[in-house]
Amino acid sequence: MKYSIFSLARAALSGHKNWQRTWRDATPKDRYDVVIIGGGGHGLATAWFLASEYGIKNVAVLEKGWIGSGNAGRNTTIIRSNYGLPGNTGFYELSMKLWERMEQDLNYNAMVSQRGVINLYHSDAQRDAYARRGNTMRINGIDAELLDLAAVKKMMPFLNFDNARFPVQGGLLQRRGGTARHDAVVWGYAHAASGLGVDIIQNCEVTGFVRDANGKVTGVETSRGRIGAGKVGMAVAGSSSRVAEMAGLRLPIESHVLQAFVSEAIKPLIPNVMTFGAGHFYVSQSDKGGLVFGGDIDGYNSYAQRGNLPVMEDVCEGGMALMPMIGRVRLLRQWGGIMDMSMDGSPIIDKTPVDGLYLNAGWCYGGFKATPGSGFVFAHLLARDTPHEEAVRFRLDRFRTGAMIDEKGQGAQPNLH
Amino acid sequence: MRIVCPFCGERELGEFTYLGDAKPVRPAAGAGADAVYDYVYLRDNIAGVMSENWYHGGGCRAWLKVTRNTLTHEISAIEPAAGAGAAKVGA
Repeated sequence: MKYSIFSLARAALSGHKNWQRTWRDATPKDRYDVVIIGGGGHGLATAWFLASEYGIKNVAVLEKGWIGSGNAGRNTTIIRSNYGLPGNTGFYELSMKLWERMEQDLNYNAMVSQRGVINLYHSDAQRDAYARRGNTMRINGIDAELLDLAAVKKMMPFLNFDNARFPVQGGLLQRRGGTARHDAVVWGYAHAASGLGVDIIQNCEVTGFVRDANGKVTGVETSRGRIGAGKVGMAVAGSSSRVAEMAGLRLPIESHVLQAFVSEAIKPLIPNVMTFGAGHFYVSQSDKGGLVFGGDIDGYNSYAQRGNLPVMEDVCEGGMALMPMIGRVRLLRQWGGIMDMSMDGSPIIDKTPVDGLYLNAGWCYGGFKATPGSGFVFAHLLARDTPHEEAVRFRLDRFRTGAMIDEKGQGAQPNLH
Repeated sequence: MRIVCPFCGERELGEFTYLGDAKPVRPAAGAGADAVYDYVYLRDNIAGVMSENWYHGGGCRAWLKVTRNTLTHEISAIEPAAGAGAAKVGA
């Protein structure tokens, strides 16, 4: 069905009792041209771009639980394209441009809100680093503004500007950054992909790969039977190593838990997405009024989708350092998601050494903002067998060749982003 | 998660730092590039019981070998890591 002011009016006049399901819950066929493992934002976006941009409509998305039940439903909903290294800069801007037209493309309200993302700086060295990143962005046609203290004070007068240890000196602002409603992104892609004939199959866990005599992947074994495939794409960040292991692959990835938090609802306070530069704390305010915030990963390997108290304490301390008045706000909810922490903090979108198997993994902290871009370039790779020009550096073999994309410049550690 | 340090007793997680999987061994100096690549970058990333190195920086500063389930965070065994200072004195 197509959503418009008229469909809304019609539904309202009939008491909202006649809304149809927005996407089709399919049962698996014997074979598809492309099977995508993982019904999160990235998998569903890939399916939609395959169908809409590349004309491949005989596609299935397999999800072991319900769509959007993994990291797509567990993030802090931030979108931005403020990256500094070749490889990342262009790719995330591609993604940002797709966010800007997503709702029209999908005919679905994903509540994309370009309220701005500001990274605060607290020292001269950090200002210089931000100035450099901002210049890199502007050279690449991305909006960036370096704000001084007076401009930050005007924009966010509620910050603690008297902090002697971590004085706010200014910030790097990307006005086109912001937030989007994470579940609606999943439903929107499901709605649009399903409308083009993509089968979305839930409660269908992949348990193995079907290989021919040459080792080529020709399908998957699932909890709902064998499904043949011309090509298989993995978009299962958090579980990439587990799925890749079924094909005999070891990845440069560790799975770690990242927590996120929501406070009780308060009146409108935070006008944008804001990050604390002297610790690790990022926050925005949802339309319902809750402060949505997060910080570091817990720091130990985990598949448990729940975290522990030390990081919760650390994150809240970061928030308190920036805005002491939130100490009186109660925490409402807290949850954890499992991140694919790659060894340079950047993603992998590439063919694997196994013929017929394609990999989309390693999103670290940052998978949500990449959703449309990731779907677009992964669809390109699956359809054309060559990487999209904005994803040529996200190679699986870059760790062997030394062509890492390490924004922090810290080397091989699974705690980068 | 709380960790029972063999020297200090049960302590909260914040006192400890994680190093990761205890299985990989640094290749010998003459080992080829493949061995170094494997050691530095590739991971088993076990979903299940894993042997890990933890450092009790907020306590006795000993390295510990912790056997922990990454699916549940359940810890089944903790012992001093081989070569750790406290291990040498026969704890």
